[in-house]
Amino acid sequence: MTLAEKILSRKAGKKSVEPGEYLLLDVDVALANDITAPIAIENFKKYGGKKVFSPEKLVLVPDHFVPNKDIKSAMQVKLLRDFAKEQEIKNFFEVGRMGIEHVILPDLGIVKSGDLVVGADSHTCTYGALGAFATGVGSTDIAGVMLIGKIWLKVPESIKIELHGSFNEFVTAKDLILKIISILGVDGATYKSIEFLGSGVENITMDGRFTISNMAIEAGGKTGLFPVDERTVEYEKERNITVEKMYPDEDAKYFKSLNIDLKTLEPQVAYPFLPSNCKNISEAEKDRIKVDQVVIGSCTNGRIEDLRLAAEIFKNHRVNPDVRCIIIPGSQEVYKQALNEGLINIFMEAECAVSTPTCGPCLGGHMGILAKDEIAVSTTNRNFVGRMGHPDSKVFLASPAVAAASAIKGFIADPRKL
Amino acid sequence: MKIEGKCFVFGDNVNTDEIIPARYLNTSDPFELAKYCMEDIRPGFGKREDIKGSIIVAGENFGCGSSREHAPIAIKAAGISCVIAKSFARIFFRNAINIALPIVELKEVEEFDEGDVVEVDFENGIIKNKTKNKTYTVHSYPELLREILKFGGWLEYCLKKSGGDTE
Ligand code: SF4
Repeated sequence: MTLAEKILSRKAGKKSVEPGEYLLLDVDVALANDITAPIAIENFKKYGGKKVFSPEKLVLVPDHFVPNKDIKSAMQVKLLRDFAKEQEIKNFFEVGRMGIEHVILPDLGIVKSGDLVVGADSHTCTYGALGAFATGVGSTDIAGVMLIGKIWLKVPESIKIELHGSFNEFVTAKDLILKIISILGVDGATYKSIEFLGSGVENITMDGRFTISNMAIEAGGKTGLFPVDERTVEYEKERNITVEKMYPDEDAKYFKSLNIDLKTLEPQVAYPFLPSNCKNISEAEKDRIKVDQVVIGSCTNGRIEDLRLAAEIFKNHRVNPDVRCIIIPGSQEVYKQALNEGLINIFMEAECAVSTPTCGPCLGGHMGILAKDEIAVSTTNRNFVGRMGHPDSKVFLASPAVAAASAIKGFIADPRKL
Repeated sequence: MKIEGKCFVFGDNVNTDEIIPARYLNTSDPFELAKYCMEDIRPGFGKREDIKGSIIVAGENFGCGSSREHAPIAIKAAGISCVIAKSFARIFFRNAINIALPIVELKEVEEFDEGDVVEVDFENGIIKNKTKNKTYTVHSYPELLREILKFGGWLEYCLKKSGGDTE
């Protein structure tokens, strides 16, 4: 069995499951945010819901428009807050204690290896890094979990990505996943589970794995799974969770497989308007693309390692006078750690703006909207038309290293040459 | 479960903006939404009387685009009894089952013309084009999905399973 089949068969209490099979399963964790929870709550009430099935499984994270950007978002967050109080949902995260959903859930040990996680957010697949079957669903599905704690799912086929070797300096997990998306295409993994396997996995840190699983959806993937190995077991142990290692079976059937040697990778830049539109940085640098804004953060690259990498590059440098550089730690914890390690100081000295945790500009919400014709280099995950502001603005996706180097140079730049 | 109806044929990649344009999303009333179903690719479609009980036939990737649940809701409320397409976008598929809009994947959709009378037998996985006198087999609906459709949607199903007791 593949990793996906293993987790799902365990959840279904069956010896094995086949791709294409439909299952009715108990959910371990269900997640909704300030955009999607209000509709779920409304549906739950409309269908006569009084007490949610199991409040300990529900997680409500206001992260998209917080601290409340306007009256409408304030009302939405208030709805979540009131519902959490009324239903005694412990896992509601208030400003000052919060973070982006996909950064805090694994970090706080709310999701763990082997779990079945559904979220009314497409990047729920992030938790695949822990070896959890995690996938994005609709608000109605979350209402269903509120009512009976269950979800229906189709067992997906799987794609194997076999990794070897390790990254060269300034090449990151982000570059790997961008490369994979450019090979598979934005719908190359639709309905499928992408599984990252091979000896190269050992060389990828947990933060790196979150970045990779996070973007499985950008290739259309239902989830993006890593095996549970030494590193995962260690990560969970630090959170007082005991888990067993888990690998796919030798004879697991994969729909397709791909081999990648990490050593051969260069930093990548995804050109507008698709995450699959990638170029190697050495090529991209030649295009001399002038940058107006740089964003370092999001559920893709807002973790401590991302900030460390950016700080390493910003040390003894300044943001180009024509660039605005916005840094957004993914959670209060990440922020505190960055402070303690002196990273925030480096950013401030380099004249970056450092924000409290929020999704903010990633979806064109607030805290850095682009004007007409402006260009951003961003460590986020989508560069669709108008994603970060004006429909005539452009977003180039890259790693924190490329983003930081570009902020210093003022054009899309190679961090290895700084 | 069996249905029969006249076909309306659409192309590949019909997206959720075409199924229900964003400018009509200021309501969630299904019957308001239904009036503008397919408005931008076939103006006036949603207001026609003869679409009641009919079947939409489309190409690949039907329902791509945003995850809005309004799209299958608009189709269902317009009286369409089933959508047959070469393939569906994942979230549309989920949303359609959740609101009990029957949908079926069929490779040979090119063989269907506007106005053909078609019968769909979900239990046995058989589609009959009565006009062309051709029969196709498709995956029969798994029991779980059949039950969801029978109860009228996922939340209705949840309600039944909880014995109507959601305390
Ligand atoms: S950071 Fe961006 S992609 Fe991630 S959850 Fe927030 S809006 Fe979505």
